[in-house]
Amino acid sequence: MLEIRNLSKTFHPGTVNERLAIDNVSLTLNDGDFVTVIGGNGAGKSTLLNLIAGVFFPDSGSIVINGRDVTALPEYKRAPFLGRVFQDPMMGTSPTMLIEENLAIANRRGLRRTLKWGITEKEREDFKKALKGFDLGLEDRLTSKVGLLSGGQRQALTLLMAVMRRPELLLLDEHTAALDPKTAQKVLGMTEKIVGNDTLTTIMITHNMKDAIEHGNRLIMMDAGRIVADISGEQKRNLTVPYLMELFSSVSGNAEANDSLLLSK
Amino acid sequence: MEFLTSLLKATPGAIAQGTLWGIMAIGVFITYKVMDIADLTVDGSFATGGAVCVVLIRAGVGAVPAVLAAMLAGALAGCVTALLHTRCGIPAILSGILTQLALYSVNLRIMGSRANTPVSVDKYSLIVSQRYVLEGSFRNPIPIVFLITAVFIMFLYWFFGTERGCGMRASGANPHMARAQGINVKNDIVLALMFSNALVALSGALLAQYQGSADVNMGRGAIVIGLAAVIIGTSLFGKVFRNFALRLLGVSLGAIIYYMVLQVTLQLGLDTNDLKLVSAAIVAVFLSVPYIQKHVRQRGGRRHA
Repeated sequence: MLEIRNLSKTFHPGTVNERLAIDNVSLTLNDGDFVTVIGGNGAGKSTLLNLIAGVFFPDSGSIVINGRDVTALPEYKRAPFLGRVFQDPMMGTSPTMLIEENLAIANRRGLRRTLKWGITEKEREDFKKALKGFDLGLEDRLTSKVGLLSGGQRQALTLLMAVMRRPELLLLDEHTAALDPKTAQKVLGMTEKIVGNDTLTTIMITHNMKDAIEHGNRLIMMDAGRIVADISGEQKRNLTVPYLMELFSSVSGNAEANDSLLLSK
Repeated sequence: MEFLTSLLKATPGAIAQGTLWGIMAIGVFITYKVMDIADLTVDGSFATGGAVCVVLIRAGVGAVPAVLAAMLAGALAGCVTALLHTRCGIPAILSGILTQLALYSVNLRIMGSRANTPVSVDKYSLIVSQRYVLEGSFRNPIPIVFLITAVFIMFLYWFFGTERGCGMRASGANPHMARAQGINVKNDIVLALMFSNALVALSGALLAQYQGSADVNMGRGAIVIGLAAVIIGTSLFGKVFRNFALRLLGVSLGAIIYYMVLQVTLQLGLDTNDLKLVSAAIVAVFLSVPYIQKHVRQRGGRRHA
């Protein structure tokens, strides 16, 4: 369903800050794949996700989603196919707008925005039901401003908004990294439930190796802008943290590249 | 006593001026508060509105179509700024300054190279005129401008409640979120600046009729008056007026209060030449208050920690 061919991206070309962020990456995702992505800082994980989402364009290569070449499409035109949750809980929602307004905007992703009223009575009922299912205590606060919510609540809301209209591909960019451990577990549980229920094709970046092993059916390891390991099936189910650490040291050719890079257990 | 009677006499004029400028302030509210863009086009498009309107009325066009044409001209000016910003990558503030500067020449062209073009209420049928500000009749400009303001507040309330309008608010509040939800943020900025400057030009067109002339300098400092009105409106009525329409009304009231305060200070003997200095100082103080408050709070917090 996702077909990435020979993708490359260099930041600040021709300057002292020139950095090859994505180095000739090819990747194919099958329908229903739930891929976790790990790798050190600067490995290119977020860049890859941003290239798929169209935040910026690649220097070369192509990105095809369900047969549509989206390589040259601007971000907002790819949004109909994509659900996205960002690392920063502030980024996915509009703080000065009400919870129900945020949800209503997400509920129209990919549709023409007309001069009809922005939210219907029926939607309010649906939103209430959807929020109730997540047990965040938000179902009675539809008319609160999102800016009043905690980071965890905002991230949960963003997740709900990302899947409100079923996306063809769900992109999660370390969406639990900025949350406290307990909230992170809750949001991760929500993620598992949503992805599992709808068998959404998902890419989830994480800094947490344990999470990367526990979730999904496939694990990708990145280093220096390349995919250095792609583990799925039986092998993925039997993965352990020590094995992953060893793998990382060997592929990156750096014995020092230990858990401080690949991060928390 | 003399002070009070002269103040009382000047009050209707201040209210009329305030309501007129209030329409412009609502335009500023759209860019500054909704879209989070400080649009400096307004200093130019305000005069453009006055110039287009007066020139058309003098050419025999009715006052209402002349005002509509002025709004169109204002929208066009806003469009230029928005395109400089969104398609040419020029920072919004600088785009506004460029358009504002260019408009000075354009406005002179519109008025046939005359810096001031009169339009007398004796010769033409105007929508509003200063002459009737003390009259208790249907010609009194205060209720007329108030009605016009109400119509546009209602229009904006409706628009920003629609799917399209909600999307535009999202574009202003969080462009990342808006793009991720499939909203074309750049187009929204263009549309918002067109709306805003159409209102600014409307305000200019009405003010030109009110004072009986269009002047190439009539918009100088308009952005500061607009910001003052927005700040006064939101800080005084923000707690009570939560609804979007009421917030816009608050901005309009903010402009009236601004002109009332101005009137009082003038009565107290302030030199008119110092007016802009005082206005700028007031706005600077209001704009800096939230920052300073935050700063003090943080320092206080550290001391307690």
